[in-house]
Amino acid sequence: MFVRWSAAIAAIAFLSGPALAQAGKPTDPQIAHIAYTAGVIDINAAKQALKKARSKDVKAFAQDMVRDHEAVNKQALALVKKLHVTPEDNDTSRTLSKQASDKLAALDKLNGAAFDKAYVENEVAYHKTVNSALETQLIPAASNAELKGLLQTGLKIFQGHEQHAEHVAAELK
Amino acid sequence: MKPGRLPAIVLAIVFLSMVVPAHAATLQIVMENLVISPAEVSAKVGDTIEWVNKDVFAHTATAKNGDFDVTLPPKKSATFVVKKAGTVDYYCRYHPNMKATLKIEP
Repeated sequence: MFVRWSAAIAAIAFLSGPALAQAGKPTDPQIAHIAYTAGVIDINAAKQALKKARSKDVKAFAQDMVRDHEAVNKQALALVKKLHVTPEDNDTSRTLSKQASDKLAALDKLNGAAFDKAYVENEVAYHKTVNSALETQLIPAASNAELKGLLQTGLKIFQGHEQHAEHVAAELK
Repeated sequence: MKPGRLPAIVLAIVFLSMVVPAHAATLQIVMENLVISPAEVSAKVGDTIEWVNKDVFAHTATAKNGDFDVTLPPKKSATFVVKKAGTVDYYCRYHPNMKATLKIEP
């Protein structure tokens, strides 16, 4: 019995210690920051596309991305305010932002049909990455029920965008 | 009101109730959290479908066969009167993972 208790206490101490955060499970303030950053990245990509894209379908898609991601982020801001949570910058957000600015620079060098194709292909890939992160990491890690709910709505929106981007990509070919 | 008007109004009411089919109904379909419910609705030709968008996102109800393409701004509703029989699959153009079916009887 004594041995079992010690083991249980050791396990609790381990789980509640900083080891958990370091093991990669993000906290709610970090999750809020990652989700918001992911939205801002897609809005910036869409704004670049609105300036550079040639195809009408690609422009319309970019317009949809701005509208939806702004709506999601507006909800996210309202929720963190209500919950008194301050979004916290973290390695995942920083990595996402760095990759996004590299991608913006690369896309900036392209024009016309080449830009359209590269933008839409990146949108498919980007939404796939974000959806997988939402499904496997962020949603399971979120502890607040309302935050979890918003992430679940976000996942459905982004899955819709992924399919929409795939349709646009297929039509460009 | 002039006395001569009353018969005309009565006639108009009688006439209107004859041309509007008695069975025409309005069926409400809700879009909320990117889900269309009910996902399957049975209607009759002449019925009105009312889509209610409860999301903060814009949606559409777009028939795969091209019969209708209804735009639903955030928190708004829109209607469509079904004109021909058949099973129509429709989806949201902005979020093609939102899918549903209308079964329209003659």
